[in-house]
Amino acid sequence: MTPPVKFSAFLILFAVTVAFPLVVSLPTYQNFAILVLMVAQLGVAWNILGGYAGQVSLGHAAFFGIGAYTSSALVTLAGLSPWIGLVAGAGMACLFALVVGAICFRLKGHYFAMATIAVAEIVQVVISNCDPLSGAVGIYLPLTPRGAAAFVFSGKAPYYYIALTLLAASLLVNHLIARSRVGYYLRAIKDEPDAARSLGINLPRLKLIALAVSSALTAMGGTLYAQKELFIDPPSVLGTQLSLKIALVAILGGVGTLWGPVIGAAVLVAIEECSRIFFGSSGLGTDMIVYGTLIIVVAVKSPSGIAGLLRAGVQALQARRRPGVAAPQEVEERA
Amino acid sequence: MGHITLPLLTQVLLSGVLIGLIYALVAIGLTLIFGVMDIVNFAHGEFVMLGMYGAFWGVAYLALDPLVTLPLTALLLFAIGVLVYRLVIRKILAAPMLSQIFATFGLMILLRGMAQFLWKPDHRLVSHSLVEGRLTVMGLQFGGPQLVAGAGAVIVTAAVWLFLNRTRLGAALEATAIDREAATLMGIDTGRMFALAWGIGATCAGVAGVLLSTFFPIFPEVGANFILIAFVVVVLGGFGSVAGAFLAGLIVGEVEVLGGFLVGPAYKTALVLTLLLLVLLIRPRGLLGKA
Repeated sequence: MTPPVKFSAFLILFAVTVAFPLVVSLPTYQNFAILVLMVAQLGVAWNILGGYAGQVSLGHAAFFGIGAYTSSALVTLAGLSPWIGLVAGAGMACLFALVVGAICFRLKGHYFAMATIAVAEIVQVVISNCDPLSGAVGIYLPLTPRGAAAFVFSGKAPYYYIALTLLAASLLVNHLIARSRVGYYLRAIKDEPDAARSLGINLPRLKLIALAVSSALTAMGGTLYAQKELFIDPPSVLGTQLSLKIALVAILGGVGTLWGPVIGAAVLVAIEECSRIFFGSSGLGTDMIVYGTLIIVVAVKSPSGIAGLLRAGVQALQARRRPGVAAPQEVEERA
Repeated sequence: MGHITLPLLTQVLLSGVLIGLIYALVAIGLTLIFGVMDIVNFAHGEFVMLGMYGAFWGVAYLALDPLVTLPLTALLLFAIGVLVYRLVIRKILAAPMLSQIFATFGLMILLRGMAQFLWKPDHRLVSHSLVEGRLTVMGLQFGGPQLVAGAGAVIVTAAVWLFLNRTRLGAALEATAIDREAATLMGIDTGRMFALAWGIGATCAGVAGVLLSTFFPIFPEVGANFILIAFVVVVLGGFGSVAGAFLAGLIVGEVEVLGGFLVGPAYKTALVLTLLLLVLLIRPRGLLGKA
């Protein structure tokens, strides 16, 4: 796409997303949109570590849960505003990420993925057995007072805009990192770790930065979830299923692409809701069958996910329209 | 905590050994696949789940005991392992590691979803099996199912070890693990070896599932309980080492049961996972792994 086209597409997207709750007032659809935004935001946050630094984390629920638990504990135990909790949760997750990173970044590839599963499970066990945090029972957050200061709203629209802002902020951070020196270094780490090291790139420090940013954004998503649901317990905010879902969104949509997780989230939430409508509340596992198949197809055919497939499709179309320009595939064949 | 008596401690230690033998059997398949082709199978727990359901349907439809249908289940799992290799794994052999992780991860989710779709998310139990009952030896209590499962795990593990170390086919498999290209030059069909590794790996996990089915609830996501533990066992034993996995299985069984007994059962999984982190940090190549 040419820059003006890109810019106008962006403007239209912006107008549509901002106007959405004003036009669509049905709570079901609003809730669907909020879910997509929240899940997309987590995928975007995951992608900073998984996509740019190539470190597959299957334990991101730990950061989400730390965010949710920090703000909720500050509300119930200290009576502080969830907005303070949002920042405090991000800070806590950052600190925890530095500890986890110091340990896990000594490991590569599969080993790193396994270690992150282990870390998340340990956090879940510890919090489930922590009495001040209500252990396995979970925390109920107060329904009143309502309003912006208390981060509790009676309608859906405010949550929609908060989720949208958080997603936009995460996308911006992601974009800035990708364009910065750090972004190029991170991609270098992913593609050629040894060459990157020989060029004097400080690998551990860069990976730590990626993890810290990724975990802080994930924790903010956790606080938003807690305030939207007003109830958290270890399985819902720290469970393995959540970790898998966060990774899934980015993998499906496109690892290392800016908009991939947004596409992934829309697809994932749509599949989830459809299987719920057609097969009842448990979904009978049909959603998992579809995800599983999609991931395998993505892994075998296109490591850059649905976003990669779309981009290839667009390029092929453009090439067909303008006969003078060869499709990238043909260029490769000629070379 | 109460008082810990010697018979009680012995009882706990023995329980740890019995479950450890099962963990070893699950992990052997995982370590074999990794050793031969450097791919970590995130769907390995699902092979255990399939083995358990194999046993369950044998009882439900054919009214045959899990031990009677065991050979059939083992054959089925071998076929599933080979099928998974042919349909999915073969296509990602040369792919980046990220794609390899995603492929088996997708397989894990697919198999869980299929089990939920076909067999419902209910917890199911195999009751009135041949191995029911208990055995009391010198004041120590043994559950029949656990005892038979432990013995079965030892037999299958020994069989796999003998196959790898005493047969030509096993030697070819080992050769492929050590150096894929050299093995190809020696006339070994590495593609067949990979398929064989997946077949044997799935069979081991499936047999473990059958042995577990007489005393463990059966449900679509049961594999999640075993994959993490199998990872710990594989890492502790050393990636690719069957003997290491056996030894590590026993250690992990003890950490879980004895540690859970001493610290509190709520923390048993956390203890095992802490062990994983410690091994990864202190001795990443594991007990018997190659450097």
